[in-house]
Amino acid sequence: MLESLSDKFRKILRDVRGQGSLSEANIQEALKEVRLALLEADVNFAVVKDFVSSVKEKAMGKDVLESLTPGQQFTKVVHDELTSLLGGEDSSLELKGKPSVIMLVGLQGSGKTTTTAKLALHLKGKGRNPYIVPADLFRLAAVLQLKKLSQEIKVDCFDSDDYKDPEEICKEALRVASLKGYDILLVDTAGRLHIDDTLMHQLGSLKAILKPSEILFVADSMTGQDAVNTAKGFNESVGITGVILTKFDGDARGGAALSMRMATGKPIKFIGTGEKVDCIEVFHPSRLAGRILDMGDILTLVEKAQATFDEKETQELQKKLKKDTFTLDDFKSQLQQIKKLGSMDSILSMIPGFSAMKQAKDIKIDEKEISRIEAIINSMTTREKADPGVLNASRRMRIAKGSGTKVQDVNKLINQYQDMRKMIKKLKAAGPKGIKGLFQKFM
Amino acid sequence: MFKKLKAGFESLKAGLARTHNAIMGSVESAFTGESREVVLERLEESLIMSDVGVKAATEIVDGLRTRMVGWDSSKFKEYLKESVYNILKEVERPLEIKERPFVIMVLGVNGVGKTTTIGKLAARYTAEGKTVLLAAGDTFRAAAIEQLEGWGQRAGCPVIRQAHGGDPGAVAFDAIKAATARGADVLILDTAGRLHTKVNLMEELKKVQRVVSREIPDAPHENLLVLDASTGQNALSQARLFNEAVGVTGIALTKLDGTAKGGIIVAIARELKIPIRFVGVGETVDDLKDFDANDFVEALI
Repeated sequence: MLESLSDKFRKILRDVRGQGSLSEANIQEALKEVRLALLEADVNFAVVKDFVSSVKEKAMGKDVLESLTPGQQFTKVVHDELTSLLGGEDSSLELKGKPSVIMLVGLQGSGKTTTTAKLALHLKGKGRNPYIVPADLFRLAAVLQLKKLSQEIKVDCFDSDDYKDPEEICKEALRVASLKGYDILLVDTAGRLHIDDTLMHQLGSLKAILKPSEILFVADSMTGQDAVNTAKGFNESVGITGVILTKFDGDARGGAALSMRMATGKPIKFIGTGEKVDCIEVFHPSRLAGRILDMGDILTLVEKAQATFDEKETQELQKKLKKDTFTLDDFKSQLQQIKKLGSMDSILSMIPGFSAMKQAKDIKIDEKEISRIEAIINSMTTREKADPGVLNASRRMRIAKGSGTKVQDVNKLINQYQDMRKMIKKLKAAGPKGIKGLFQKFM
Repeated sequence: MFKKLKAGFESLKAGLARTHNAIMGSVESAFTGESREVVLERLEESLIMSDVGVKAATEIVDGLRTRMVGWDSSKFKEYLKESVYNILKEVERPLEIKERPFVIMVLGVNGVGKTTTIGKLAARYTAEGKTVLLAAGDTFRAAAIEQLEGWGQRAGCPVIRQAHGGDPGAVAFDAIKAATARGADVLILDTAGRLHTKVNLMEELKKVQRVVSREIPDAPHENLLVLDASTGQNALSQARLFNEAVGVTGIALTKLDGTAKGGIIVAIARELKIPIRFVGVGETVDDLKDFDANDFVEALI
């Protein structure tokens, strides 16, 4: 398994504590690791150079706080610097005018069409009345794709089928929008290369017609070194107002985001986190910083866990754990608490080093498994839940039938539960540690 | 014929001209009296900036370091070309259509250009006089079926399809049956774009592969992974995981007509040795070329 960057820092800087402060000599090696991590995360070479020298400046001479190890101190400097470069400005959508217009632009295949629908759904959820305008007449079936997506999310869509050029579509859509009272127009444009002068010029004329309050550059989070050129190209020819990073649910470290931010100065506003239309999230600089550095996002995980785990229930559970009266009902409520945290994938991606681990071990995260377990437990009688010892073959068969599973599934669950009880006995120590243990065991 | 080849080479070269300038700019400026280490560092930089990746770039440069005896700047360029060529020539293996029907399953993450590549391949094989059948295996994305049908119309070949949301395995099954019954030369199977880290979706892909090979034991004869040239280091992870799941037998590198360098294929070639079949250098049907290591290196360095 690959070491996480913070582990590397810890090792490299282990001996610094005695010296009291971070100096050029003792952080040199750690800086090399930063450089390497950023390059492997696809941050542009030139951006990496600037970043490393700025981290060096910030870290040098820093007193190592009593409460932190030098490794932690350095990690914090790197993480903070990255976070501040990635964020800073207000990244919410600026929606002026009536209707206000959002244009989505970008290279082919970056995810503009899907993102248009996602954004429309997001805005609809905020009580707006969006109107989708397909203006990609180049790619086969692009208009149809957007029509279908808009039906799915129940947002109105301009009928672009009878038009031959995007300018006409935009003019007509504006007219329709003011007639019918839509307050936001989302215009999907054809994918194009930033070096294609004709098509870039066309974007300019669309902009002149639409007078958009937002021009969002939709970019693939897997983009490499070239991110700087494309983002710059689009920004210089049409003037983008922000960036949306797509396909963020893979294992790309997303360093291109930093490149684009540095190249254009424009904020990253949203990230696309899945194929479904509701998979769009507001961008968090700190989360991406952790990901670029492969430090995970343990802070967010902790916060999220604190916010979602029902405190009373947790205390209750701890009592039970101590008394060793942990029943299948408790097992179920434990699972439900984990479920509240969000999808397994999103939780796991917050754990440091996990992106590397995922490849190495091919861990299967099956969310249906949780539902299956719930169904099995729900099919048990109160007595069975409290004392699984009574579960004989015929009871197990009944449960399997009742829950629509197989006897093997029921057996597996009972085994898991018994394993867990054994582990609890060993653990004894409850609290967050205990919960984490249970969680890992479940995986 | 020669003219056509030359035109192909020219467009590839034009597509990569910027890469060329980036690398040669630094190589040429490097020989103005700077120390050898500075030169090598610059060279490593330019490789990294074309997405070759730190590891591969470092090793190529380390190789040069040991071989560069003396200071001959005219030979330096040859050394560099040779190093990259040696890596790429191993994977320069054009796709040969041998079996009938020859089944090509096209794979890749979302938005890399799978459907467009299929359209170009269909046009190419049709032009060669082969009968081609397309299968709309992307039943997930809205209008993906219609997009493929559009390409089918352009190339003049039929498309086997089911309804949106259907089972891609069933589409594959129908397509195989149809290809066999109609005596088609080539069957190209589209699949939905999927991120290589999604276990369920990779399982689905394995299933489609199983369906195909149950009907024709050696099929799919080609599992063609489509990679976007603008992708950075993640392309390596894509290649690894698709390869682990279904075994990738060839790569098509698309979108080389932008400013992206596509250098990641050098790293992929080193690590996985998967043949690179095609490069996409533009949006028209003629813009899918056979990969040629020499042309690629000539255009790159």
